[in-house]
Amino acid sequence: MPKTDVVVTGLGATTPLGGDVSTTWSALLDGRSGISSLPEEWHEKLPVHFAGQIAQEPSEKLPRPRLRRLDRTQQFALIAAQEAWDDAGAPEVDPLRLGVVVSSGIGGILTILEQYDTFREKGWKRVSPFTVPMLMPNSPSAAVALEFTARAGAHAPVSACASSAEAIGNAVDMIRAGRADIVIAGGTEAAIHPLNIASFASMRALSTRNDDPQTASRPWDKDRDGFVMGEGAGILVLESAEHAAKRGARVYAHAAGVGYTDDAFDIVQPDPEGAGQARAITQALADADLKAEDIVHVNAHATSTPAGDVGETRAIRAALGDSVADRVSVTSTKSMTGHLLGGAGAVESIATILALHDGLIPPTINISELDPEVVVDIVRDKPREMPGGDVAAVNESFGFGGHNIALAFRRA
Amino acid sequence: MATEYSEQDILKGLGEIIEEIVGTEASEVTPEKNFVDDLDIDSLSMVEIAVAAQDKFDVEIPDDQLKDLKTVQDVVTFIQK
Repeated sequence: MPKTDVVVTGLGATTPLGGDVSTTWSALLDGRSGISSLPEEWHEKLPVHFAGQIAQEPSEKLPRPRLRRLDRTQQFALIAAQEAWDDAGAPEVDPLRLGVVVSSGIGGILTILEQYDTFREKGWKRVSPFTVPMLMPNSPSAAVALEFTARAGAHAPVSACASSAEAIGNAVDMIRAGRADIVIAGGTEAAIHPLNIASFASMRALSTRNDDPQTASRPWDKDRDGFVMGEGAGILVLESAEHAAKRGARVYAHAAGVGYTDDAFDIVQPDPEGAGQARAITQALADADLKAEDIVHVNAHATSTPAGDVGETRAIRAALGDSVADRVSVTSTKSMTGHLLGGAGAVESIATILALHDGLIPPTINISELDPEVVVDIVRDKPREMPGGDVAAVNESFGFGGHNIALAFRRA
Repeated sequence: MATEYSEQDILKGLGEIIEEIVGTEASEVTPEKNFVDDLDIDSLSMVEIAVAAQDKFDVEIPDDQLKDLKTVQDVVTFIQK
């Protein structure tokens, strides 16, 4: 039986580069960094003094009483979901045929930490009665389901930094399984807090380029020294092509296929051979009925860590084969946004989809000297035109735990 | 010695608390209003409002009495008592 064709009909985002998709996308094409200095009072206690902080605070879009009872992950998710929904033309849909798959890698950790402070300083009675529905990792998914009256099921797959890519994959599966006509899918993260910075810093995972924060996220540069934490959300409206055609919806791209694998190698280190990453790409192409030759662009996971970045390029080469790997345009938009953890896969899927839609691939910034171990062609400094025609692109996301997700999008 | 609050003081204070927590305009918070039916306040928000009112007016509202405070006037009377 042929698979149900799933298409992307709406996009929404709030990121360190902008409060919506259009500002984020133009900043990506301009090669702008969204990295900024953390509050002064944090500096003394932390080895890292910067992060990819959200460009537009949720208080600019949501009223105060709503903000009080929503974790920051939920706030970002609702803002991005509203944009995506409006962008899709606010479709009329039976609530029983509308699903949600919205992830967070870490969940409501800011709520946990703030309420723990309140508990210790003032006692149990001052702990917010909304603490539990704010901290639970399914809270963004549930908030979106509530907001849009989605009753076909609301899910929140968790796979660390691959979470929102997994959410998009699960949403495609959900539509193909016939469980929904439309799914609001993506991910959100809001974890910029001294404890979390300390936790990643203690793994030696973060860049400490405090003298020049905007160049700290430098995937594939010879002198990269770790990732830059970011926050934000990306949300897609996915829809069966049949449903989209019936209502005359604008289609950005086909959400053509997904590959899910796990390294089962180490809890945090990726398998240096990249076998699991390569299998994810191969599976996504098979799932999408695409050939390696169809792929013109890869939006890579590359986070600016010494080990991960070059291993990924070997995996891309292994999966696509030498002749395709020699001409495929690879980029890492994390050079501009920082690493949005559980929001990364969704925001980068949006970049991948818009690259197909607009025919322009955003660059990787901050590469002063390319690491000689990189074995693919990186788009550097300025955007590159994408070939016309019926082409496709892959977005890769990997997470602690060995999770590898590859999503294949085909031009509409 | 507990501070004496006038009905006006309490109404004004409750109005501010409710506006802050649920977003209903303070001027809507009048004595005859029922929290659930008229002001659309759910049980978790009611807990927050009660805690804020206790802090503001330096009173203790035990949980078993909170459920009997159904209108704005009930709270005013309780605090004045």
